[in-house]
Amino acid sequence: MSEKSVHVSLSDNLSDLDLLGLTKIQRFIYNIIHFFKGIPSFFVAVFNAIVKGIGNLFKAIGEEFSDIIQTFKDGDWKTRTSFAVMGFGSISRGQVLRGLLFLVFEVVFIVYMFVAGGHWLGKLKTLGDTMASTVYDPKLDTYVRVNGDDSFKCLLYGVLTVIFIIAFIYTWRLNVKQAKVSQDLVARGKKLSSVKDDVSSLLDEQFHKTLLALPLTGIIVFTVLPLIFMILVAFTNYDGAHDGYSNLFTWAGMENFNSLFSLNVGSNNLSLAFGEILSWTLMWAFFATFTNYFLGMFVALMINKKGIKFKKLWRGILVLTSAVPQFISLLYVSKMFSASGLVNGLLINQGIVDLSGIIRFWEDPTLARIMVILINIWVGIPYLMLITTGILMNIPADLYESAKIDGASAVQQFFKITLPYMLFVTGPYLLTSFIGNINNFNVIYLLTGGGPDNIKLLTSAGAAGDTDLLITWLFKITTGAESKYYLASVIGIMIFLVVATLSLIVYNVIPSTKNEEDYQ
Amino acid sequence: MAENKRHMGMKAKNRLSNTLIYILLIIISIVWLIPFVFLVCESFRVESTYQVGYVIPHQWGIDNYVNLFTKTDFPVWFKNTFIIGLFVAVIQTIIVLSMSYTLSRLRFKGRKFLMNVMLILGMFPGFLTMIILYKVLSWFNLTGANSVPGLILVYVASSGMGYYVSKGFFDTISKSLDEAARVDGATRFQVFTKIIMPLAKPIVIYTILTAFMAPWGDFMFAKYIAHATSAGMNVAVGLQNMISTPQSLSANYTMFCAGGVIVAIPITILFMSLQKYYVEGVTGGAVKG
Repeated sequence: MSEKSVHVSLSDNLSDLDLLGLTKIQRFIYNIIHFFKGIPSFFVAVFNAIVKGIGNLFKAIGEEFSDIIQTFKDGDWKTRTSFAVMGFGSISRGQVLRGLLFLVFEVVFIVYMFVAGGHWLGKLKTLGDTMASTVYDPKLDTYVRVNGDDSFKCLLYGVLTVIFIIAFIYTWRLNVKQAKVSQDLVARGKKLSSVKDDVSSLLDEQFHKTLLALPLTGIIVFTVLPLIFMILVAFTNYDGAHDGYSNLFTWAGMENFNSLFSLNVGSNNLSLAFGEILSWTLMWAFFATFTNYFLGMFVALMINKKGIKFKKLWRGILVLTSAVPQFISLLYVSKMFSASGLVNGLLINQGIVDLSGIIRFWEDPTLARIMVILINIWVGIPYLMLITTGILMNIPADLYESAKIDGASAVQQFFKITLPYMLFVTGPYLLTSFIGNINNFNVIYLLTGGGPDNIKLLTSAGAAGDTDLLITWLFKITTGAESKYYLASVIGIMIFLVVATLSLIVYNVIPSTKNEEDYQ
Repeated sequence: MAENKRHMGMKAKNRLSNTLIYILLIIISIVWLIPFVFLVCESFRVESTYQVGYVIPHQWGIDNYVNLFTKTDFPVWFKNTFIIGLFVAVIQTIIVLSMSYTLSRLRFKGRKFLMNVMLILGMFPGFLTMIILYKVLSWFNLTGANSVPGLILVYVASSGMGYYVSKGFFDTISKSLDEAARVDGATRFQVFTKIIMPLAKPIVIYTILTAFMAPWGDFMFAKYIAHATSAGMNVAVGLQNMISTPQSLSANYTMFCAGGVIVAIPITILFMSLQKYYVEGVTGGAVKG
């Protein structure tokens, strides 16, 4: 095979046989080309999946409608009454409690919609139109506050009302389905389940509902609803100056996203700062993940080596340091390396540097970045050591035995057996850990507070520094004087997009190692 | 003879590499331990409260510890964190176990969908929801001085999303156990309580341990909910607050060291005594992703 033909064929799809004919380096190049070639088709696949998903959704809705119409056609008067009076089918067929629950839900919904729901739905479009004001009250002879709209409440209750309506539609559909099922059962002369049956099925066939009730309620109330709300906030101008109460906020459309990506830097400087902080975040996540991973593996291999004594002691020392709550180690080390801290103090006292020569670990951008990565190694290695030790012990010993017989050196054994095995097994962990580092608030915030502040990163939302990650920036924007909540929300969504894209690519390009049922 | 010589050479080489490893391990041990030795030494320094350029105190004493308990809110912070830890440990364990058991061993409609939704939810930074949660919690007076119940709610409510490690554990228990019990007429509830739970001791302990320890290290949520109210802080926020400005740093530095020691001791003892379960948990979790 001539040089040129290999070069051409490397970018084509090769059969397994062709692949075996290549040298190692060629195979490596082929794999890399293949990886990057896979990315565009991967995005096409994602796009197709989304289109297909939407298509399926419409199809499912269509099926639901035709089923509802069919139910009405086939239904007796009890079933048909259920269309208007929820739970009637159940009550009239003897399942009183179940029917009553449906009915009560319907009554509550109707009452709520009349009393409050309609009001909040109307406000959702503008998020309030009357500002709070102070008016002179002649009777009291003083100025009194007249409450206006509260945009925050308008948005919150508006969203809750919409969700309530969706829940109602879902329950109504359930009620129709229930009526039909009961009708069919009665027609076939079967007995309907009693309350006692229903309750005992919650501990058996329906046990998953019992177990999931509490966790899912928590997740819906404390994660799903707040996330929906916060995603909507990204499309408003909610901030400290427009807090909704003393000054209304309103919809801003795509404006916030535009300002993050606009090439016209303008006065707010956001797009530039976002680009800088995003690239440092990715850089940090890369170094933090892989330095820890390989050094942790290295330490574990050293301790595990045959003939090394006091294995428990070495491991114990490392584990001991990771048992101390992280904020203590991080805060202490942060102060240790400060300009007036212990390290500089020792250097001066030993006469190594004089007062003018102190090392400003946290004030030089590059040095600060190197320091946070180094200290992160100090924090992370015990953990990685534990994980890798466990996995190393699982590598079948006969692999090494046969390698030794074949005369493989220790280095060869590492690159041919240990490393491939580790990468294979911990692939998903590497991804999780990379994502964890993107959102590693504690290490950065407690060590540097994001500093040293960089004038280039100063935006309309406040100051930011060279070691700031997106997550610490988000925190600063939220807690800062300007409290640009909408911007925090936009950045939160950007973090999501970064993480989601990474995960999708990794999961689809790397052959998935985990099949749930494999271990059972 | 030649064979023997080669053997000797290998042995010598091996001894050399082992010596090198011992040297490296000793250096690593020192580097990893020394900040904590410094921390303890500085916490006993009496002659000055600010940062200095030596480690061994000129005058040893427990003044910093006494001051910490009498002149600061440290007892309150410690109590807050302890209460939060206890509640979170109990409630979170129940939630995580229910969630992971259901997703691992029960098959029902929408299971895959549920797992995908939680995977996606987990990709949003958790802090994002705090902006609205803070506001709503403050309506119920669960922030500021009263932030302990507020924080407990925030920690446990979404803990169901962290089911991965314990699901990985349940996945490894053989399915034939359940099936045998089901054939004998056990309900799914009985399988859960009588068959699986007794086998799940390691993962229960792991879950309790990690749930109890997490609030001791949380800074982000605790700081946001407690805001600037000392009475509602946990140890992390309180101690950070104590040294957050240059003035307070030089006034409180040694006291902060004492606080660090006080917090580290019980947590470290707890952790070391349950280490076995922790190691099993993290190893399993990493392998299963």
